[in-house]
Amino acid sequence: MNAEFIQTLYLTFKLAISTTLVLIIIGLPVAWILAYSKFKLKPVIEALLSMPLVLPPTVFGYYILMAYSPHYWFGELLNCIFNVRLAFTFEGILIASVIFGLPFMIQPLQSGLRSLPENLREASHTLGKSELVTFIKVLIPNIKPSLITAIALTFAHSIGEFGIVLMVGGNMQGITRVASVAIYDEVQSMNFDTANHYAFILFFISFVLLTIIYGINKKQDLWKIL
Amino acid sequence: MENTLIHIDIKKTLLSSKGVMTLEVNKDIPAESFTALFGPSGAGKTTLVRIIAGLIKPDSGVIRFGDEVWFDSNRKINFSTQNRHIGLMFQDYALFPNMTVEQNIQFALDDKDSSYTKSLLDILQLSEFAKYKPQHLSGGQKQRVALARAIARKPRLLLLDEPLSALDSGMRIILQDEISKVHRMFESTTIMVSHDLNEVFRLADNVVCLEGGKITKEGKPQNVFTDTGISGNLQITGQIASIEIQDLINIVTVITGNNNIVKIIAFKDDISQLSSGDRVLILTNTFNPIIKKI
Repeated sequence: MNAEFIQTLYLTFKLAISTTLVLIIIGLPVAWILAYSKFKLKPVIEALLSMPLVLPPTVFGYYILMAYSPHYWFGELLNCIFNVRLAFTFEGILIASVIFGLPFMIQPLQSGLRSLPENLREASHTLGKSELVTFIKVLIPNIKPSLITAIALTFAHSIGEFGIVLMVGGNMQGITRVASVAIYDEVQSMNFDTANHYAFILFFISFVLLTIIYGINKKQDLWKIL
Repeated sequence: MENTLIHIDIKKTLLSSKGVMTLEVNKDIPAESFTALFGPSGAGKTTLVRIIAGLIKPDSGVIRFGDEVWFDSNRKINFSTQNRHIGLMFQDYALFPNMTVEQNIQFALDDKDSSYTKSLLDILQLSEFAKYKPQHLSGGQKQRVALARAIARKPRLLLLDEPLSALDSGMRIILQDEISKVHRMFESTTIMVSHDLNEVFRLADNVVCLEGGKITKEGKPQNVFTDTGISGNLQITGQIASIEIQDLINIVTVITGNNNIVKIIAFKDDISQLSSGDRVLILTNTFNPIIKKI
């Protein structure tokens, strides 16, 4: 195995792990708000957060690339104030991957919270505990299967993400070249052996992760969680 | 009332199985009393308890606890559940599945005083189950944990929502004694939802009958459930199992609270208002019963 191969795999896992960590931090409070609050714009927010499930990654990738461009206000703002350019950087594909992974983290968490009996929350309130303490000490520990499902799905999905990474990050060795992009690239260059190695590793990891999820959710229907 | 602790005067429109119903309650509850809310299901008992706990907001009215105003629709005051400092024992326990018995109780306490937790476990005979998770407990044990957790903070007001409805009659009587003990020990003011006459007679010193969202009767259980003209020396409550109509007499079979079967001879006039499943009070003052310890 050569250094490039290792570097690409390292970058793939770095992206997937970072995406998952960022999404746990963002996903938990968002799922909590969506599960328990009622506001007029909620369906709009829910629809927006679920868009990555139905839109082709290239559409999302295109919008994100445009947003990063210094010709538009967001990219200009980043460029002028922070002197940051996100297109074709690791940070750029991380942000894109986080946005694209939102529904895979939020939906299992939200449905996990909704399936908890309402009286657990109420009981905690009658014991004088705030919403935050209730969330951390009562709700989260009781949605462990949903939490594990959300983490594994997000991780597996970001390992395999192709379109959005290619659109936003391109195919730069050591910077944005991840395994899924490398497979495509190697096949184009007729290097089937290397492509096969990448493909097998992605296949194997995704298979193991999904087996773990099904194992944990033996009693639940995974498709209901999704 | 001189020693009024809680003043409730609220209105709430509810959607029940029988259509739209207005819960309209105006009631003062004295300090350290044990009040039972009695009535058929769908009468609004649980809703009233949840309104007092702050889990449901009434449409209008006032709830005062001592000098504190918990709810006042005109002044837009609505204390959160957390700020009311109450204890509520839920009908289906609502124990936290991720915590052990001990942790469920400690969760209620601000400082994790382990000697206090231990004494609570002792009082409710839960010590040997301290490290068990709720899913490994029997119904009666879960009820005890729920009671221990509800009283752990020494709440100013203890609310019990059909606390013993899921238990068999033997366990019920044991736990009725536990509740009574806890009520006296903590000198708490207690409001209990119940549709079990035995429970009301054994525990409550004050009963409020709710029907269709309105108070129909209130007072001491003996007065509320007994015709005023009769002074019963012996009173048994139970449920009619069957009514046998014969030529001259009719036999009513009643199953009492502790599952004894009592057969009573009744006249035509008596049974005209009775039917199977009715809850009844059997009383007599014409014989001298003998009492024995069992």
